[in-house]
Amino acid sequence: MLDTQKIRMDFPILNRKIYGKDLIYFDNGATTQKPLCVIEKMNECYLNQNSNIHRGVHHLSQEATMAHEEARKSVQKFINAAHDHEIIFTRGTTESINLVAFAFGEAFLKEGDEVIISTMEHHSNIVPWQMLQDRKGIKLRIIPINEKGELDMEAYKNMFNERTKLVSVMHVSNVLGTINPVEEIIRIAHTHDVPVLIDGAQAIAHTKVDVQALDADFYVFSGHKIYGPNGIGVLYGKEKWLNAMPPYQGGGEMIATVSFDKTVYNELPFKFEAGTPDYVGSVALAKALEYVSAIGLENIEAYETELLHYAMEGLSKIDGIRFYGTADHKGAVISFLVRDIHHYDMGMLLDKLGIAVRTGHHCAQPLMQHYGIEGTVRASFSFYNTKEEIDTFIKAVERVSNMF
Amino acid sequence: MTINEIQDGIIDEFGMFDDWMDKYQLLIDLGNNQQALPEEYKKEDNLIKGCQSRVWLHAHYKDGNVIFEAESDALIVKGIISLLIHVLSNHTPDEILSADLYFIDQIGLKEHLSPTRSNGLVAMVKQMKMYAMAFKAANQ
Repeated sequence: MLDTQKIRMDFPILNRKIYGKDLIYFDNGATTQKPLCVIEKMNECYLNQNSNIHRGVHHLSQEATMAHEEARKSVQKFINAAHDHEIIFTRGTTESINLVAFAFGEAFLKEGDEVIISTMEHHSNIVPWQMLQDRKGIKLRIIPINEKGELDMEAYKNMFNERTKLVSVMHVSNVLGTINPVEEIIRIAHTHDVPVLIDGAQAIAHTKVDVQALDADFYVFSGHKIYGPNGIGVLYGKEKWLNAMPPYQGGGEMIATVSFDKTVYNELPFKFEAGTPDYVGSVALAKALEYVSAIGLENIEAYETELLHYAMEGLSKIDGIRFYGTADHKGAVISFLVRDIHHYDMGMLLDKLGIAVRTGHHCAQPLMQHYGIEGTVRASFSFYNTKEEIDTFIKAVERVSNMF
Repeated sequence: MTINEIQDGIIDEFGMFDDWMDKYQLLIDLGNNQQALPEEYKKEDNLIKGCQSRVWLHAHYKDGNVIFEAESDALIVKGIISLLIHVLSNHTPDEILSADLYFIDQIGLKEHLSPTRSNGLVAMVKQMKMYAMAFKAANQ
């Protein structure tokens, strides 16, 4: 059981008033709020520890370097990676996928090779592959979805051929909430000796992720979606892949020796971390992971699922409401439209009632095209949300719907 | 009426409400009453794309004045469009080009016309002025 009232005290922003109303923050799929301990950790870094890591012999630099490397170990532990050098710090999910698309593409993909993605992917897991399509002439194969917003696994199984080189799919859909059967997806791909990248942006804060149990080849996520700071993210990759891939960017940190005749690249993980590392980001992310672990992902998942069912039940009583994404296995994300009310109108008016939701295509335009719509209204929950907030939200959706 | 007289009228009308929801109800009603843009004008050339909503704008020149017609798929945006048309349509290019649209700010709808809003309205106002400029140039 979660003590939501106690948890809420860790998030000062939740006390804000918006247009005179109590803020109800249901845009956790876009970004999560930061607990005090994360904010304080960032302050502490700049107040007491700041220096450039991995370079200085001086004490502060050593301390910051150690903190950064400890943070790497925290991430390793959090997702149960085999080695800490399999954890690469990036700016976020998008950069992680771009890194793999570039470096894996350079090492392993040639014209005519195929990469499998799905209809429900975020643009971040579409466009990097399309860029590779333009650069290398690879082909994209798209796993279709059914009416409930679940992957068509039969179609997926039949997509493999000798040209299939990689599968890249999301763990949890940012629009539909669908929790994809990633374990099975990976198992099937591995029977064809094809590696799999899992976009964990929407999963990492909501369910326990064990990259070894999943046997994922790559797993990527953003810090800001798991109560950490903006601008830090993670690429987990199996050592054998990361070692075989060329660097993504060149510069400081990623080299062993540089001369004008020959430059030797550094080892993992530094090979993929060109430039000054964001040690404040990594350290604060580690703090966020610690915070989440203390609450317990099992507790979080159970509570958020309870919120999801409570909200779905209440919302489904609203006349003319349509849900997008009704998968059997679904995370705490609800996309909907009411009658012919435009998502922008609904979002604007909910905002005036103090309720923050996301509206639009959610960076998943191919998915919108699949449903033949321009966008949806999306409410996404966190463990700091309450049933009382959901009650207010449902009343607000009703009230707004009656204005049209 | 001059552009500013029309703007002052709108400010008076919205001044009656102090609750946000009432203001938006009025915008929705205005949107509902706004004459639909003839289908022939709802074409790609007239489309102003926002990230969140779409706006179609058509203009023609008649007896020295610019006439605007527009529509959006979002009703609140359509309501704001009807205000913009009410203010700017049927005026000379010079009047439109020199218009300072202060009513938006005064009735508290500034956020809809900030450049960070992705509803197509900022681009629409810009496009209205572009039309005025084009008609002015064509008729000099």
